[in-house]
Amino acid sequence: MKIIVDEDRCCGAGQCVLLAPEVFDQREDDGIVILLTAEPGEHLRASVREAAAVCPASAIELDESG
Amino acid sequence: MNVPASVLVVGASAAGLATAEALRRQGYQGALRVLGAEPHLPYDRPPLSKQVLAGAWDPGRALLRPQAALAALDAEFLLGDAATGLDAGTRTVHTASGRALRADAVVVATGLRARPLPGQDALSGVHTLRTLDDALALRADLLAASRCVVVGEGVLGAEIAATARGMGLDVTMAGPQPAPLAGHLGPVVAGQLAGLHAEHGVRLRLGTAVGGLAGHGGRVTGVRLETGEVLPADVVVVAMGAAPATGWLTGSGLRLDGGLVCDSRCRAAEGVYAAGDVARWHHDTAGGLIRLENRTNAIEQAGLVAANILGADQPYRPIPYFWTDQFDARIHVYGTPSADAEVTVVEGDPAGRRFVALYRRDGRTTAVLGWNMPKQARLRRAEIGDIAGLAPAR
Repeated sequence: MKIIVDEDRCCGAGQCVLLAPEVFDQREDDGIVILLTAEPGEHLRASVREAAAVCPASAIELDESG
Repeated sequence: MNVPASVLVVGASAAGLATAEALRRQGYQGALRVLGAEPHLPYDRPPLSKQVLAGAWDPGRALLRPQAALAALDAEFLLGDAATGLDAGTRTVHTASGRALRADAVVVATGLRARPLPGQDALSGVHTLRTLDDALALRADLLAASRCVVVGEGVLGAEIAATARGMGLDVTMAGPQPAPLAGHLGPVVAGQLAGLHAEHGVRLRLGTAVGGLAGHGGRVTGVRLETGEVLPADVVVVAMGAAPATGWLTGSGLRLDGGLVCDSRCRAAEGVYAAGDVARWHHDTAGGLIRLENRTNAIEQAGLVAANILGADQPYRPIPYFWTDQFDARIHVYGTPSADAEVTVVEGDPAGRRFVALYRRDGRTTAVLGWNMPKQARLRRAEIGDIAGLAPAR
């Protein structure tokens, strides 16, 4: 799994951080998403899929082809 | 309960798509169909009043998912065909094109319909904004106009006013509340919003109800206030709220009362569920019927409905969340703010346009609001207690 985040779309809701704090964080100044790891381990993938699905700005894209 | 062999989702916007995605994510392998009234692939509505209206995004960027992701869902999308009726007993949905779609489970996710101002259909230059086509039509009209009046001082009206002002128009915001979002966020934050809009040159004609429209030769010329005064306009945007799109359910036997009424599981009848703006469900800890109009609710409620279709039997108890962008302000709100709550700034400084405020009622924190402090607001989300005592939304 490879995660691609779109900072321009991100609205800073922080839903991804609530669901997968090992993978996502937010910038202090404007709340935009920070990707802590683009290729999360197996045990984190379910929560990353959940985070991508619930992002209210559709700012998280997953490439699961690899 | 057996897992249904087929699911039909009525509505192809955020809640409808999220229901289909959540079903697949949760392992559902049965037949899945999504019926949408609009011809477009599922798209996102929050950008319509901002990036799409401003022209910063082309319409394709508002699509919720790339085409490949939709194809991977293994769902049949039936677009450009509106639902016209439901036989709840057999779970058969009838459509405008004459289809009769039967399924073991039906999810109602038809959203809202913008509330028009009486007489607006007879005049050109008057818009509501709910769909992508609405946004593009409004943008085209704004590009050829110089004076715009926005009727409505809620989230949508305030966002449209900010965007139109950013496009260089002379913009007036009208509505009965004393300040933008005053009834929703209370006087402290609403006063701050009024200051923001005024500073950017939006004329605020608030605190006076709108009486109607003025026109000449079939074209709008202004907005008439109840005082008789006319605010001149080339383009008028009516953003006075929206009503749940339940007209097609009349005669279905389902209870329609300010939305499609559901139990705590978001179930309206055996095998019939509702998600998103249209759903008015029994919030079991708040002890009443609640309906939420926001983007995250569409997804969260869809996730719960998917789980319940698959047998989870869970109640829906969300912490509401919404955000709004107006000029350089990005405002995030968790919980249930109210105009009568006590508002305390706990971080930052309103004068510096960066702060976090807590809303308290009866000694409990009911909401957290961040103004250009998204992370700091989110970190305080846990301070919100349960939403017992929330005034039931209509």
